[in-house]
Amino acid sequence: MTTMSRTIVIEPVTRVEGHARITIHLDASGAVDEARFHVTEFRGFETFCEGRHFQEMPALTSRICGICPVSHMIASADAGDRILAVRVPETAMRLRRIVNLAQIVQSHALSYFYLSSPDLVLGYDSDPAQRHLLGVAAAHPELARHGIRLRQFGQQVIEWIAGKRIHPSWAVAGGVMTALTSETRDRILAALPAVRDLALETLRGFKRTLDQRAAEARTFGSFPSLFLGMVTGDGTIEHYGGRLRIVDSEGRRVADQLEGAACKALLAESVHPWSYLKSPYYAPLGPVDGMYRVGPLARLNVAERCGTPLADAELTEFRQLGRGAVLSSFHYHYARLIEILYGLERMEELLADEQALAGDVLSRASRNQAHGVGVSEAPRGTLFHDYTVDADGVLTHVDLIIATGQNNLAMNRAITQIARQYVSNQTLTEGLLNRVEAGIRAFDPCLSCSTHAAGTMPLYLQLVDAHGTVLQTLARTSG
Amino acid sequence: MSVRTLTINGQPVSATEEQTILDVAREHGIDIPTLCHFDGLSEHAGCRLCLVEIAGSPKLHAACVTPAAEGIEVTTHSDRVTAYRRQIVELLLAERNHVCSVCVANRNCELQDLAVAMNLHHVRYEPQDPQLALDASHPRFIMDPNRCVLCTRCVRVCDEIEGAHTWDVMARGRRAMIVSDLNQPWGESPSCTGCGKCVRVCPTGALFEKGATTTVRDPDFLTYLKTAREQKLWIR
Repeated sequence: MTTMSRTIVIEPVTRVEGHARITIHLDASGAVDEARFHVTEFRGFETFCEGRHFQEMPALTSRICGICPVSHMIASADAGDRILAVRVPETAMRLRRIVNLAQIVQSHALSYFYLSSPDLVLGYDSDPAQRHLLGVAAAHPELARHGIRLRQFGQQVIEWIAGKRIHPSWAVAGGVMTALTSETRDRILAALPAVRDLALETLRGFKRTLDQRAAEARTFGSFPSLFLGMVTGDGTIEHYGGRLRIVDSEGRRVADQLEGAACKALLAESVHPWSYLKSPYYAPLGPVDGMYRVGPLARLNVAERCGTPLADAELTEFRQLGRGAVLSSFHYHYARLIEILYGLERMEELLADEQALAGDVLSRASRNQAHGVGVSEAPRGTLFHDYTVDADGVLTHVDLIIATGQNNLAMNRAITQIARQYVSNQTLTEGLLNRVEAGIRAFDPCLSCSTHAAGTMPLYLQLVDAHGTVLQTLARTSG
Repeated sequence: MSVRTLTINGQPVSATEEQTILDVAREHGIDIPTLCHFDGLSEHAGCRLCLVEIAGSPKLHAACVTPAAEGIEVTTHSDRVTAYRRQIVELLLAERNHVCSVCVANRNCELQDLAVAMNLHHVRYEPQDPQLALDASHPRFIMDPNRCVLCTRCVRVCDEIEGAHTWDVMARGRRAMIVSDLNQPWGESPSCTGCGKCVRVCPTGALFEKGATTTVRDPDFLTYLKTAREQKLWIR
């Protein structure tokens, strides 16, 4: 054993949702051996849901997250639909889709504008005291305004349809609690064209900077992996009520048209003693080759098309970035902006159909099956809720597979790649710290969700020798 | 019918022979908090939230069962009773599991309203968190004893209004539980008619409908039923 190996610790990690630290392990020569993403919070939601009734779960699990409560509510209701074994009214499916898209729009706006745009528009090495949304607002007020408006719009749609912007209890097993009124529909449709223009303008602005982003695109987690995401029967992108597809780094289908339960059966989880976050992988290929990514990048990689005109034009252009699949995790940002545009276009289509206003939105039944796996595409990726109930519908087992967890192996791989690129000696700079963090931010992880924990995600970078002695530390408060 | 004259918080009021201090206070717009009281049911006087002071008496009196007697001087909001009421609500919150955010009765719960009215943001007592099992055996309803405050409204409405007497109280003190029939699953109860009145009177989310995302609060519905039954007047 060498006595010269060292570990650098980044804690807390900032501008992400949750608490984490990063350690960078250096070998005797001072080169990066490996970087690890440690999620340091723990919640245990699965355990304390056991003993509750499955019909309470959409409201209960929406409390897992203040950012993506809708995805949990919908995945939970979807699992409940299967336990009821009923056919959910088409209008309810449509309304669930619209609300889920509204959440994807607001969450993606949060990730891109609030959390990542400070790095992208002000620079990784800019003054950390100004590297936040308010700094962006001072330097580029239009951009900040677009971000705030897009997020506001998504939140408003959720509130208008589901009654509350955060933690609604509206989707239930069998459908949704309230139908859409024509007034609400008209209000959303009237606001849509203007926000769609903001999304397009932001996307165009991002694309203009792509040439300058070649270094990030090459080093911020660019590697082959599998990708998992939801599609319709004909391979169009879908975020709720579709089937799951897995493709490899060449874009070849590995598995297709899987129901939630069938897909989940193909996944296994490895556990690392250094993180509360488990690492799922595609079981047939094992924990190394079975690494897969979920989220906006994965969804654009698995789908053949978006099915909406503006997003499809953007997707065609996006595909030029890869042969087969687009492999750089940096392009999560790009994919996120395309998904905002898609979400707004698709919402408009779904609302324009008179079916959206039908009053039949809830199929009533009681527990008819012991097991149900529900799936939704959350902003950060595919979300599984797997419930087993007793004869009365009381939960005996709950298993939640959260998007962020599924990206865990890839996030570790990405920060290792970034660290290898930028950590060339034992001196740490704040700009390095921020690049490693930015590699994590590209995935937009939500650690509170994924460890089933609470608060803002604070970064801490530490240099430790083989005896565990801390040689140097850079810390940052959450922000 | 003789009329009694008394004072509440220094205000002279008159009462009939049958009226309690609570009745008179409410008639005069004086708010005395309650939890086990429900219009149309007999009084249980178990929650002790309506305790008031009567001049010359060293003990506190439950306004819901104390007659509005001639000449008494009642104080409803002294520092002493206010402190006791607050303590009662704290003890209720600590006794079982009252996590509002995931409760079906959230924003529609009388215990929550009491805590809010008292500006109660912390509980000084260790939560007991007894982890009691749900009874989801009934086809339509769920009983979650974790949210039960033992007000016995369900017991009384089932006995006095529906006439089934499915619910009753088992054991004493902190071990006390509401049980159906002879402590058997609700869904197997031979006496339950499934009328749902117990669910309607529950002040918290202890009794609720399967699949519901909120509870219904209808404080006048028993008065309506009784007026209809006894006077043949269907008025609300």
